[in-house]
Amino acid sequence: MTGMAVEPSASSEPLPRAKTDWLPLLLVPALALLALPLVGSGSTWVTLTVAGLAMGMMIFLMASGLTLVFGLMDIINFGHGVFISLGAYASLLVLGPLAAWAQAESVWLNLALLLLCILAAMGVTGIVGTVFERVIVRPVYGSHLKQILVTMGGLIVAEQAIHAIWGASPIPIPLPATLRGAFIIGDVVMERYRLVAVGIGLLVFVGMQLLLNRTRIGLLIRAGVENPEMVEALGYRIRRLFVSVFVAGSALAGLGGVMWAFYRQTLTAGMGMEVMVLVFIVIIIGGLGSVGGCFVGSMLVALVANYVGFIEPKLALISNILVMALVLIWRPQGLFPVARR
Amino acid sequence: MTRSPVFPLAVDGGRTGGSILAGLLSSDLPRSKVLTAILLAILLGLAATPFLFSGSQPLSTAAKICVFIVLVASYDLLLGYTGIVSFAHTMFFGIGGYGIAIALERLGATWFSVAIGLVAALLLSALLAIAIGLLSLRVRAIFFSMITLAVASAMAVLASQLSTITGGEDGLSFQLPVELRPAFRLLPEPVLGVSINGRLIAYYLLFFVALLTFLLLLRIVNSPFGRVLQAIRENEFRAEALGYRVVAYRTMASVVSALAATVAGALMALWLRYNGPDTTLSFSIMIDILLMVVIGGMGTMYGSVIGAMLFVLAQSYLQVLMSAGSTALAGVPVLPSLIHPDRWLLWLGALFVISVYAFPGGIVGRLRQATQ
Repeated sequence: MTGMAVEPSASSEPLPRAKTDWLPLLLVPALALLALPLVGSGSTWVTLTVAGLAMGMMIFLMASGLTLVFGLMDIINFGHGVFISLGAYASLLVLGPLAAWAQAESVWLNLALLLLCILAAMGVTGIVGTVFERVIVRPVYGSHLKQILVTMGGLIVAEQAIHAIWGASPIPIPLPATLRGAFIIGDVVMERYRLVAVGIGLLVFVGMQLLLNRTRIGLLIRAGVENPEMVEALGYRIRRLFVSVFVAGSALAGLGGVMWAFYRQTLTAGMGMEVMVLVFIVIIIGGLGSVGGCFVGSMLVALVANYVGFIEPKLALISNILVMALVLIWRPQGLFPVARR
Repeated sequence: MTRSPVFPLAVDGGRTGGSILAGLLSSDLPRSKVLTAILLAILLGLAATPFLFSGSQPLSTAAKICVFIVLVASYDLLLGYTGIVSFAHTMFFGIGGYGIAIALERLGATWFSVAIGLVAALLLSALLAIAIGLLSLRVRAIFFSMITLAVASAMAVLASQLSTITGGEDGLSFQLPVELRPAFRLLPEPVLGVSINGRLIAYYLLFFVALLTFLLLLRIVNSPFGRVLQAIRENEFRAEALGYRVVAYRTMASVVSALAATVAGALMALWLRYNGPDTTLSFSIMIDILLMVVIGGMGTMYGSVIGAMLFVLAQSYLQVLMSAGSTALAGVPVLPSLIHPDRWLLWLGALFVISVYAFPGGIVGRLRQATQ
């Protein structure tokens, strides 16, 4: 994309770069610094911050697919939560036959197991996402009201189907042996699994940014967000792009679901819908359709929840709502409003 | 869904019945013989339930239907008439319930506390509805759905955590005013074999308040205000261009609907003599409401009557049917688990999706089409 614009043109004025909106990006470090004196002890602060970032990464994993689908297709999928649950349940397909790997005292074997779970989850949710898009979503393109209703209906049916397949009672899934427990450095406590979550979250975020900003597909997706008709007029099959983004979004939800399930260590069909509340708050804060905003929003919400939970536990219950209200008062469209809408 | 004219003040030609009935129904008649018959049957059935059936189970079912008719009708005002999806309806339902429960528990079992509780609940609901509306409806209607979901779930958590006020997960049980207690006898002798006790009075209180609220809602949707709401639903941009402040109207609609839901919650608490997170605040009730509105018929108040009736009956009796079917098919591999009585929501969910696609007017829309 950069090559196209700069190289061949005779009057080699480089295209003006889009201005980066720094203010929202500064919010996260500013918040962390602000919390430092309030928390008091430095080691507690580090513990809270790392835990919060890990939480934020998991929320981001679950929310990124939804915001991408909305940005590109103007489709709001209230059934997104069921892909989170489904991904989590799909990891049972791997955990069943490979139970020995989970017991093994080898980090690599444990991580490989986690990876296999993630792959299984992404595979299953990707396939179900394809069907979901075809059967549930496609007939209601263009009408938000019907989208909300129909995807809600899809959610009910899919949740019940999970009950029918895997049973209605919660299923415990223990963490692989070496991922349990925490590293303790001085007074700082860092749970191992949370560090893994931070790693995977960062990997996905960087991967998505590279894909969106450095590849041809990403260019098409971003162009499609701005103006789908024009992309279609230039000869690209926008429909195929739409469907693949929907499938990718569902698969990301599955990935997030696995991470979330290991964090909670229990599986319930309603777990996706429970976390959807956070997901919606995050994508509203970020600006519907913005992946970067979704990332900042996730960090913001998770960090605030952690700090407030430590400083004033009673307030923590509504801290998410307060953050959202404050952000919306500041920027009614969210932190990074997507231009067209 | 009936397409309504964009001009809110235009008089609809077919609605000129001058009788008292037309006045009561705000000139919005059922417009279908079958529908009229069903509605009459429901009305008479609910009015005569204490005399038709014995035992407390049918009476409780009837009371639940009355409450849900109000709840679903008020939700339809938002979904069917204004075209916005709220997930906070159970929050207002819960506020009504908790208003009554807290007031009666703290201030003693008098009518005065009922009034205080109701008024306080109505005020809180109105304030919350205005705040949510102004925060979310300014930008896009779709924000509203997500924000209501977030706020409602936060309130549900709050209600279960603030156990000193709300009783937490256990909820609150309380005494009713003397006249509504089962031991109270209005008449010394039974009438038609039924003793006129406090339970019966409570049922009729519920029935008439529900009926009145329903007629009031019918009045509202057929007023010029209701016409503006429908205009916004059909074409937001055009309504705004005609000079109607869309944000203000949508917020007003959400306030009216919240108030009616609060009344429904108060009735529910009065009937159960108890209020807790599971009876009024839970998300599954929200899903039930959605199912009732869509299956009954969006954009018609009568749809909510049919939807509520059908759903509550299904809830009580469909499961019995399914368990019979499930045991009958015990040998077949997958089928029994699909029609297991706990899976009844699966089938209602499928019905829901199909109705949104195939007949967005729901049952009422179908019946009206058939007569045209």
